[in-house]
Order: sequence, then structure tokens, then C-alpha cells
Amino acid sequence: MTVELTQEQKLIFEAKDGHTFALEFVCTYAKAVGATRLIPIDSAHIDGCLYHGQVSLDFVKHFIALGAKVSVPTTLNVGSVDLIHSNLVRGEALNVNGRQLMQAHVALGCAPSFTCAPYQLAESRPAFGSHIAWGESNAICFANSVCGARTERYGDFIDLACALAGFAPEYGLHKTENRRAKWLLNIAPNTLDTAMVSVAAGHYIGRMGQGKIAAINGLSRSSSEDDLKGLGAAAASTGAVGLFHAIGITPEAPTLDAAFQGYQPEHTIDLGEAGLRAELALLSTVKQGARLSAVSLGTPHFSMTEFANLMPLLKGTKAKIPFTINTNRAALESLSEREWDKTLHSFGITLVVDTCVYVTSILDDLTGAVMTNSGKMAYYAPANLGCEIAFGSLEECVASAQTGFVVRL
Amino acid sequence: MINVLVHGDATGDPLVLTSPISFWGGVSPETGTIIEKRHPQFGIALKGKILMLPAAKGSSSGSSVLAEILRNNTGPAAIILGAPDAILATGAMVAQALYGVICTVIIVDQELFQKLSVAQKLAIIGDEIHAD
Repeated sequence: MTVELTQEQKLIFEAKDGHTFALEFVCTYAKAVGATRLIPIDSAHIDGCLYHGQVSLDFVKHFIALGAKVSVPTTLNVGSVDLIHSNLVRGEALNVNGRQLMQAHVALGCAPSFTCAPYQLAESRPAFGSHIAWGESNAICFANSVCGARTERYGDFIDLACALAGFAPEYGLHKTENRRAKWLLNIAPNTLDTAMVSVAAGHYIGRMGQGKIAAINGLSRSSSEDDLKGLGAAAASTGAVGLFHAIGITPEAPTLDAAFQGYQPEHTIDLGEAGLRAELALLSTVKQGARLSAVSLGTPHFSMTEFANLMPLLKGTKAKIPFTINTNRAALESLSEREWDKTLHSFGITLVVDTCVYVTSILDDLTGAVMTNSGKMAYYAPANLGCEIAFGSLEECVASAQTGFVVRL
Repeated sequence: MINVLVHGDATGDPLVLTSPISFWGGVSPETGTIIEKRHPQFGIALKGKILMLPAAKGSSSGSSVLAEILRNNTGPAAIILGAPDAILATGAMVAQALYGVICTVIIVDQELFQKLSVAQKLAIIGDEIHAD
């Protein structure tokens, strides 16, 4: 199997520079996945700033030495350290190497966004139907499902190679026929709030979907963008989910027929209130009343809308335990402009930017459980941080922070 | 069907993994041994082997782990895949470009995979695989 090159791509090969190596890389990848053409991309999002070992740094430095720069607007996912609040992350080696890795990506021309929710930065939101090469599972899922952009699930090295080359292999979710739903999840009317239903649905389609694209019917029309963000993040944690459709909500699924591209669902599952609650229960390893060591919100990064929902809840007793919220630099500025940061700090909340609590050492004491409203954080924290976890609504997280124990409302 | 993704000659004993593995979390980046406790080949070192994988699995960070073990000279001599997988091909390419360490990566069809997996010794020369 060979990859057919355009004139423009042949010229890059002849140049014998950093872009040539990047394009060779994309070509080999294309052969591995059975793609026969490379297509131009509008943007890239790189999940290469987490330090996995020497090779992470050597790869980026190799391109710097060759004088290469990214060919398309490129954002960066979280890194291992908070470059703005440098005292937050523990561990000397991680700090030094992690910092170098983040700075090396910026030297290649990537924007220092350091966020896992680049789609919520106005300048980085991908357009409907555009081809992009994105890494990081939740970002991929949101870009495909909610924005209707087209990316495969790019990972280590290949996301950066696509950004440098300006091309991606034409395969998988880049092609219309591979974007149709295969099975249907019907959500029955229930009394849960939209954020909780979304996490439950996401957790379910990832866990049970065997990597097949799901269409979800019955989500409330008032489900917010952040609800869909939580859904995608949960789905992409529990399974290999790069795309979901929410009937009447997401852009490629105005109708059932559109989501299935005229085909019939292979099978249909009904999830009622009891099923949804059972799904959410899987996300907690401790019960109501358990002692907490911390509350952590913002996996993926908290948006300004999420902060707006949080602000009215910050009344009365301040947090008795460490309370962190992960967010991006732009949100940090907006918080400061609105002086919401003062309210957050006086409640006892620590803002973390550029990184995320679940991938790096920020929390000091993990002898008690950590509470979160994120399905993704709840899924990964026990293994990544070695702690017990409690999943709850935003309101429950705040109330629990005020007492230091898991509160159910 | 033989589809060579990363070229290079290699000779070695085949190591057939009877269950899929995620290199990230499943293989030690330092020693190149299988550290996933539930894996049937738990504890076996990949170093110098012709690794045979019937199916792919796992996080894309597996690319980094393969590149890292090749950098540490604890990686396999070659990888023969029974199903397309870009994660390992990517890791092998990185090791070749950065450190000059060759780990040949080849996709073969299921029929050939079965035939090769019972061999005592394998030699990869160019686009050909020789079994003893």
C-alpha cells in the first residue's frame, strides 16, 4: 500500500528539512492505518507536553534543531507543571523536564494555551466540517461531536508531526461514512440534573460501546456545552470514543436518521433513572459521610460559564479542606477582571492553570478521598493519584468542601 | 500480505503475546519487561525478541514507551503485527530517527501471522520474513 502525494507534498519531501521528516512521519502513520492520501488541516492540538521520559524532550528538540515550525495554528494541551503558579507542583525532575518540554513546544510555534479545553478558547474553536489533527481524548471527542470538526484520535508524536507537516492521513473520522452512529442509547425522562445525566450517559457509552459510535436520544435540549464537555470526557475515559451524537443537539444529528446516515441502529439500549444513578455510583469508591482530603474541579478545564454557575454557591462557611479548580490562562484573566478570583480565594479555592490535578503532584494529603464533579477525574484519579474518590454534583462538591466530608444533597 | 512500516533487517526468537497489551502501563519504560500483572506473559523481557502481537490495544502514550525502551536498548528487535496499529509504528520511527535504533515493524495477515507464530526463529530481510 502506498500513499499518493500531491505536488505540494512532493516539494516538501524534496526540501529535506524538518518538515520533510514530519511529512515522512505522517506518511508512515498513514501506511499503518491504511490511508492512501494526506489532507490539509486547519489546526492542531498537541498532547505532548506531559513528560513521559527523555524521548518526549528529544523528539521536540530534534525539530527545533532542524529549524522547523508548525504549519497551522496549534494549541498545546496541559503540561506537567503550572508555569504561572510555580510553587504548586512537587518534584524537582518533573519540574525541570516538564518545564523544558512545555517551552520547547512553544519554540516550535505552538500557542502556550496549555489547556485540555482549547475548543472553549474563541480563537481555537474548530469550524464545522474542517479537518484538524487533535490529540487528547476529551478535546478530540468535543471537536468531533460538538463542533462537528473532523479529527482522528491522534496521539503521541503524530499530533505534532501533523502540525509541522500541515497534513493528516485521510482515514477514520475524517471520512463521512465513518462518522455514522452504530447504536442507540435512549435516556428515559428522569429527575436528575442535566450535568449528571450527561456524565452518566458518557460513562455508559464509553464503558459499553466497544468503540462503536453511539447516538444518544433523550438528553434535555437545555443541556449546556459544558454538560456535553463532561459527557465526552467521561466517554473518552471509559472507552475509545472519538465521536458521539446527541439527537437534536449536536450538529451532525438533527434527527435520528441523520445520525445513522439512513441506516438502522445495530442495537438499542434504554437507560432509565435507576440505570443512570447506577452508572454514577460506579464513579465513587467511598460512601456519603466519608472523610475528604480535597475537592477538585475542572477536568477538563473549567470554563467561565462553569465559574458563573459556581459563584452563587460560594456563601457561608469557607472550605475546610484544599479545594482546587483547574482552568486555562484566559479564564484566569477574566476571573481577575471580574474580581471573581477574590471571592474564590476567600472561599479557600486554589486556581491551577497550565496543568491538571489528575496528572501531576499538586495535592499534599491523599489519606482521605478526593471529591469531584468530573467523570473523567473520578475515573482516572484512583490509579493516577492512588486515592479514594467521590463523584458528586457541583453543589455537592461545594457543600462537601465546607464540611470536609462527602455530603449528598 | 506483508506491509513493512518501519524497515530494517532483524533476527531473533519470536515472542508471541497471547493477549493484547498496552505498552503504556503494561511495559516498563526502563527494563522493557511486561509489568501488567494480569497479562499471560507477565515478567518476560522484550529485549532482542521478534515481538508478535495479534491485536493492538491501549493509550497512544504507548508510542513513548516503545521509543523509550529502544533508547535504553531494552526493546524488541522487531514487531510483527497481526492487525494494523499506528501506535507502535510511531514509537519505532521516533527511536530510529532520534537514536538510530532500528526496530522493524511489519503488518501481516492473520494466516501468515499464525504460520510465523509457531516458528523457532525468525529472520526479517528486506520485505521478506524467513521462519525456521
